Amino acid sequence: MQPGLQLFPDSASTFASSVDWLFAYLMAVSIFFGLLICLGLIYIAFRYHRRAPDEVGADVHSSTLLEVGWMVVPFLLCLVMFFWGAEIYIAERQPPSQAMEVYVVGKQWMWKLQHTEGRKEINELHVPVNRPVKLVMASEDVIHDFYVPAFRLKEDVVPGRYTTLWFQATKTGQYHLFCSQYCGTNHALMGGWVYVMEPAAYEAWLGGESANGPVSLAAGGEQLFNSLACHTCHQPDNKGRGPSLMGVYGSTVKLEGGQTVLADNQYIRESILQPSAKIVEGYQPLMPTFQGLVTEDQLLQLMAYVKSLGAPATGPSVPATAAKAKPAAK
Amino acid sequence: MSSSAQTLALPRKNYLNEGYGVKSWLLTTDHKRIALLYLVVVTFFFFVGGFFAVLIRINLLTPAGTFVSAETYNRLFTMHGITMVFFFLIPSIPAVLGNFLIPMMIGARDLAFPRLNLLSWYIYVAGGLFTLYSQLAGGVDTGWTFYTPLSSVYANGHVVAAALGIFITGFSSILTGLNFIVTIHTMRAPGMTWFRLPLFVWTHYATSVIFILGTPVIAIAIALVAMERIFHIGFFNPAWGGDPILFQHLFWFYSHPAVYIMILPAMGVVSEIVPTFARKRLFGYHFVAAASFGIAVIGFLVWGHHMFVSSESVYSAMSFSFLSYLVAIPSAVKVFNWMATLYKGSVSYQTPMLYAMGFIGLFVIGGLTGLFLACLGMDVHVHDTYFVIAHFHYIMVGGAVMGYMGGLHYWWPKISGRLYSESLAKFAALVLFVGFNLTFFPQFVLGYMGMPRRYHSYPPEFQVLNVMSTAGASILGIGYLLPMAYFIWSMRYGPIAGPNPWPATGLEWQTSSPPPPENFEVTPVVTWEPYDFSGRPDLMAELAAQARAERPVSEGQ
Amino acid sequence: MSESESILRGHFRDLPQQRATATLGMWIFMATEIMFFGGLFLTYTVNRAAYPGIFAEASHHLNVVLGTVNTAVLICSSMTMAMAVYCSHKGRQKALSIYLILTMILGLGFLGIKAAEWTEHFQHHLVPGFNFQFSPAAAAGPAQLYFSLYFAMTGMHALHMIIGLGILTFLLIESFRARYTPEYNTPVELSGIYWHFVDIIWIYLFPLLYLIDIHK
Repeated sequence: MQPGLQLFPDSASTFASSVDWLFAYLMAVSIFFGLLICLGLIYIAFRYHRRAPDEVGADVHSSTLLEVGWMVVPFLLCLVMFFWGAEIYIAERQPPSQAMEVYVVGKQWMWKLQHTEGRKEINELHVPVNRPVKLVMASEDVIHDFYVPAFRLKEDVVPGRYTTLWFQATKTGQYHLFCSQYCGTNHALMGGWVYVMEPAAYEAWLGGESANGPVSLAAGGEQLFNSLACHTCHQPDNKGRGPSLMGVYGSTVKLEGGQTVLADNQYIRESILQPSAKIVEGYQPLMPTFQGLVTEDQLLQLMAYVKSLGAPATGPSVPATAAKAKPAAK
Repeated sequence: MSSSAQTLALPRKNYLNEGYGVKSWLLTTDHKRIALLYLVVVTFFFFVGGFFAVLIRINLLTPAGTFVSAETYNRLFTMHGITMVFFFLIPSIPAVLGNFLIPMMIGARDLAFPRLNLLSWYIYVAGGLFTLYSQLAGGVDTGWTFYTPLSSVYANGHVVAAALGIFITGFSSILTGLNFIVTIHTMRAPGMTWFRLPLFVWTHYATSVIFILGTPVIAIAIALVAMERIFHIGFFNPAWGGDPILFQHLFWFYSHPAVYIMILPAMGVVSEIVPTFARKRLFGYHFVAAASFGIAVIGFLVWGHHMFVSSESVYSAMSFSFLSYLVAIPSAVKVFNWMATLYKGSVSYQTPMLYAMGFIGLFVIGGLTGLFLACLGMDVHVHDTYFVIAHFHYIMVGGAVMGYMGGLHYWWPKISGRLYSESLAKFAALVLFVGFNLTFFPQFVLGYMGMPRRYHSYPPEFQVLNVMSTAGASILGIGYLLPMAYFIWSMRYGPIAGPNPWPATGLEWQTSSPPPPENFEVTPVVTWEPYDFSGRPDLMAELAAQARAERPVSEGQ
Repeated sequence: MSESESILRGHFRDLPQQRATATLGMWIFMATEIMFFGGLFLTYTVNRAAYPGIFAEASHHLNVVLGTVNTAVLICSSMTMAMAVYCSHKGRQKALSIYLILTMILGLGFLGIKAAEWTEHFQHHLVPGFNFQFSPAAAAGPAQLYFSLYFAMTGMHALHMIIGLGILTFLLIESFRARYTPEYNTPVELSGIYWHFVDIIWIYLFPLLYLIDIHK
């Protein structure tokens, strides 16, 4: 943070500079047309001021050429804005496959974050500089929004689904994190800080928190998988009443009735909370619902565990403690 | 109707002195009296909403924001939004100026359905009282946007009462829109063809289309929120199987066109004022009329630009962004046409013209910042920040309210038969302009810096800009009180205006000020083109007479 | 002459203008009604697309026989209403009154059958908010959605029917006073438009609510 009056935000991500250049273009066009109109009005005020009480204006009142001109030119300028903005927006929605994941749960009125290696944070996010980071976000209650002005990025966190946000930080430092979707009484207090650190410092920080190192998300998920008795039906060799979950994440699943579906975050979540919505081909709708029995954090852990079961190789860094194709057994 | 400036007197029989007593007002079917009934209630709600705004700005003087509690602050901004949007901005120009003027502008005796018009007022008052009750009983704290599941499940507060109040008031809009459309189609005087209609009428027609097609959808949206809240049905709450984004679609499908309801009438006012004070025909009449409809139609197709970061699909987002740029073009067309009207005009700067020019400048700034918001990559950064607040206040206050004030000043002589103090009015306009810009320009900076909306407290580095904004708001408040004072004063002590003080070309200026109850003693027959000065011998004679007279009315006191 | 003077409202130039105005007003009102019901239909569509199986299952709990009878009743009532409009055009006062009465009887019949259906739903615990029960339990949430939409849409429709019956009552009383002549029958005609609209809404509601996967 700079001392004194700051009128322009810090710029700390790869997107920040793109957005700022776009901002410059938008400002240039706006200042041009703003001045054109405002100075035009002032010019007219002097040049065409009424000089005699019975004076009337000239009898000029149409020009198709002008009309077309001042429709086409602004529209072309707008097209530039549209394409430029769309380009950035599309890039913002294409996280690189090697992005490291951090899981975020928003609730009234705090942010709970967990790194896959296990380290948990409240209202703070530590990330390494110059590395793509993807946030997978869920809400426990109402709609929130994860906003980091220095990155020029935000995304709503909507209950009932997962939303994602990715960035690559470019400058170490400490940047505001705000909730920017009104969520109730302490909406203004639901913020914190994003700490961008040098890679070494980040690794050191990651290993902290408890004496034995943190429990990874996936390991936590494995514990839940067992304690909730999921393993009794979802056995790895398809011997159980439910389909095996080995390698399911990211694959295309065939459903009863012939449809197929991509097994993404949302599918895993729905399968736990509303199992009867989509039945895998060849299986019966026997799975009970876990709605109300698992929290958003636990859902994220289960999801991380399922991801770790022989998921495609481009997944996030999964430490050795994460369960890797361990046969489901106590 | 003497045109000489010497013997001006109020007409013996006019709509104001046709019957006294409460019943003659509360049971009137005269569109002019109904317009004044609306004026009283609309003004009341303006000051209620303004009062909430003052408290908001005081709280934002300090980063800690402890002037009021967080709960109270959240209720304040919610109620400010609800009151201003539904009970001031949407009705103001159509219900006050539209009701008063549309029959006169087309040469009719009244609207198509006068009793329905009165019913519209009662419905508006009923809805307003309901919502006022919800505010007095403790308020609502969901934001005027009522996003679910916060509003339908988690919020404590009188959500259902407020929703019901808005639901009821919606019918007032629908009936007014219906009345206007039918009136404009079937009640025009002989010779008043479509392309001789004043632009004020065109913009109100376009506004009415939005009234009738959009309002029912928000009625359903908030009815479903109420149902979810009362019966625990899962329309929008994912824990009960619903989809919170469905609410956003239903809500914004109306609420985006609603902003065009707020601005189109103001554009109509400006289109009336500019030709009068430039004494020149409106440039590009057909294009301006078509642009009004362009705005109304395309305005229905852009609602998703409020949802760019709500997990909308990329394809949806791109479509909405493109269409949002498209909807900007008709507004630009209007602005350029107004400028072209002024060019080579004979321009004088009485108060209505000052408001019209203020409108043009401030609407342009607000509109240009809208281009920032339509831009996908940019919106991601400034969505839900003070940038958005500054944008829409430039359009709503710098645009719509200035248009409303300009219209009130322009037609006040017609409505009351009197002139207000021109110097005081000019001073008030200047105060408003300065106060407005000081209040809202810093908010653009705050927004790009990242200060989110709806924050009762904020990080300390945002304080200087917030203090500037609050200072401006205090000036703005004073600016709005002045017209109240001098308008009321003028009703008793203002100089008599005469039928056509400016003078202007519309049909409404061809009858006395104030007008007789039936508007015209003889049904007018229209043979002239709109806004035509040099082609109107009667007006040219009026100008010559005013030039000769000792006290030429149109030059101010 | 004085007859038409009392019909002509003061702010109109002549009867044709008055008639054109009233007719256009009714059609515009129809547009607003379409948008109003449209919001509900949209919500229904979105939710049915999300839960097709459960919506079908829930729909099977409705009484298709009664629904079909009601559909026939409404279509007949539209016919009697059309006849009433025709009679008003022709100045056949007695026939007009009879057709209005028939329409009202059919309308009341519709509402009566609807009331019977709703009572049945209540007894089977299918009214959300009033001890709603549905099996299998996993489908209870979406089923509750379905029934909420069912009650909201048929309830909104029934409300319009009740208002329609009120309008018909007014027309009936006026018809006893021989108010409607070939020169002046606009209220009957416009009420006909309204009644047909309410009928058409039902024609959409019936298959969407009652006939989901009916062949399965």
